[in-house]
Amino acid sequence: MTELAIDVQQLVKRFDKKLAVDHVDLQMPRGKVWGFLGPNGSGKTTTIRMICGLLEPSEGKGYCLGYDIQSEQAAIKLATGYMTQKFSFWEDLSIRENLEFVARLYHLKDAKNLVSKTLDSLGLASRQQQLAGTLSGGWKQRLALAAVTMHNPQLLLLDEPTAGVDPQARREFWDQIHLLASQGMTILVSTHYMDEAERCDHIVYLADGKIITQGTVQQIILESGLVTYRSNAENIRELAPLLRQQETVEHAAYFGAALHVSGPDKTALYNTIKRVAPDINWLEVETTLEDTFIALTKRAGLNKEHL
Amino acid sequence: MWAILVKEMIQMRRDRVTFAMILTIPIMQLIVFGYAINNDPKHLPTAVQIEDNSSISRTLLSALQNSEYFSFIETANGKTKSDDLIRQGKVSFILTIPAGFSERLIRGEHPQILLEADATDPVATANAIAKFQLIIEHALAQEFKGPLSYLASQESATEVIILPHYNPEGVTAFNIVPGLVGVILTMTMVMITSMAMTREVERGTMENLLAMPVRPYQVMIGKITPYILVGAVQTLIILIASHFLFAVPFIGSLWILSIGVGLFILANLALGFTFSTLAKTQMQAMQLTIFFFLPSILLSGFMFPFHGMPEWAQVIGEGLPLTHFLRIIRGVMLKDTDFNDLAPEFMAIAIFLVVVGTLAIKRYRQTLD
Repeated sequence: MTELAIDVQQLVKRFDKKLAVDHVDLQMPRGKVWGFLGPNGSGKTTTIRMICGLLEPSEGKGYCLGYDIQSEQAAIKLATGYMTQKFSFWEDLSIRENLEFVARLYHLKDAKNLVSKTLDSLGLASRQQQLAGTLSGGWKQRLALAAVTMHNPQLLLLDEPTAGVDPQARREFWDQIHLLASQGMTILVSTHYMDEAERCDHIVYLADGKIITQGTVQQIILESGLVTYRSNAENIRELAPLLRQQETVEHAAYFGAALHVSGPDKTALYNTIKRVAPDINWLEVETTLEDTFIALTKRAGLNKEHL
Repeated sequence: MWAILVKEMIQMRRDRVTFAMILTIPIMQLIVFGYAINNDPKHLPTAVQIEDNSSISRTLLSALQNSEYFSFIETANGKTKSDDLIRQGKVSFILTIPAGFSERLIRGEHPQILLEADATDPVATANAIAKFQLIIEHALAQEFKGPLSYLASQESATEVIILPHYNPEGVTAFNIVPGLVGVILTMTMVMITSMAMTREVERGTMENLLAMPVRPYQVMIGKITPYILVGAVQTLIILIASHFLFAVPFIGSLWILSIGVGLFILANLALGFTFSTLAKTQMQAMQLTIFFFLPSILLSGFMFPFHGMPEWAQVIGEGLPLTHFLRIIRGVMLKDTDFNDLAPEFMAIAIFLVVVGTLAIKRYRQTLD
């Protein structure tokens, strides 16, 4: 068995002339939970689709669980579970019927029993006859996760699994993910949410089809070299546009009612904020992952509309 | 209101495929059907059995040929052979001029001249039959000059006998109802399958299906098999109705018909599946279905006589499975045509099935590219 769950080199995907994925290298070990982060259109979904054999790379090569992503898609499909961005199960089938359909497709033994067990473990047993289309967002996600893990895949690819799901359901969903990871499943999950990213062992940050940085949360924050000041002052909203224009300020963003101002040079940053907003109290705080990503996206040369 | 109108125009312009289909298909169909459909079919294939070799017989033959209603393509000899020709659907008419016809004519004995017709499609043969006697009388009038002028004064020099086979009363339902089996199967089978796959794409379930370990042929067989049953039930219902409501005879073999129905359903399902790989939306799938359905009913011989169409339209018609299925079902039900005689029709549908089925599997993409 190969050490790496995913091993792709110089992966490129073009749609007509548009470059969606730009020479991506990714080596993901087994048994980890990795997060794919990046703004919309950064190539997360396209990369995942290439890894699981749903799209053919325009250039580059790669292996998923040791299988060639260009010629052994059938084997990859058997050994992975892929949950799409949009709910893609059959809304006019009941929860049980959806699961039974998947169980039969994977030729799982004793499908009926297995489906019953899956329903129990996910807390869906009481609603098994309900049509999937009538479920709420959170329940749909549970069903989708149940369906893609029933064949006990070695690798789970989750594409923005919690988009549009309420915080409680998101939390439960992540508990489930950690449970699966503790059982040895390798999981790659793409997300927009920083709190979700922070739950991953390793983060890969993509922008404009390229990997900008990767590592643990601490590594990424540390490597960014950012220092952050925070203020809760009442008139801070009026000053934000002015602060953003300053050279030493890499980004100024709201966190709730507070403004975070980050920059790479601590002294220069402090002098700037004191000059622009002398009457305001500033407090040095730990740079968050979100601060880092806003700054990274800016550094990657992306304009604001991507955010 | 203006805002909605503008929005609709923008959306219509953006969906280029649909827009192009809305504009081009009707024009194409207008041209094809406008020139192809003819309710006064001419050049109907006719076999001749001439036992009287005389100049009068030859005059009659050339008069019939010149009328353009009859096209002599076969020479029949003997009762058995001529029956076969009609049963096999090779000819629409058999013209018999009996031995001694001209001698008896000259003697003023009103000899008989016989026109046997395949009456399974009464519309196709009606005009030719109606004109037959007139053509004969006109032709003879030309002959009755000089020494034969005494015959011209007679009311009718010959006795024209028309013998309609298989549907002597000319009941239109006998022709239409079996045909409806084919038309209804074409419509429903093609439409259901063409929508089945595009629905998966539109609802986003296709990505899921593609991510699972299933091969194209498995998807195709899995998708179309339930509809084979649906088609069989439809056929059964129409056949029962045709017996009890329309009293359409069924004199042939149910077994041969079953093979025909099965093959025909498969051909249509495979075509629907191909459409679903071409269309991006259910709307487009629907349009493709209609695009196929119209020529199927108009050029197959269902609504208008097949032999009434110009040759190029008949060539198109031969490419449609419905054309061949109509020959099978009408042949079996009304004429007891046997398997050997229908073999070319079975073969034509089978070829269609293989070609379209291969195309469907080739077009079915295993990736989202």
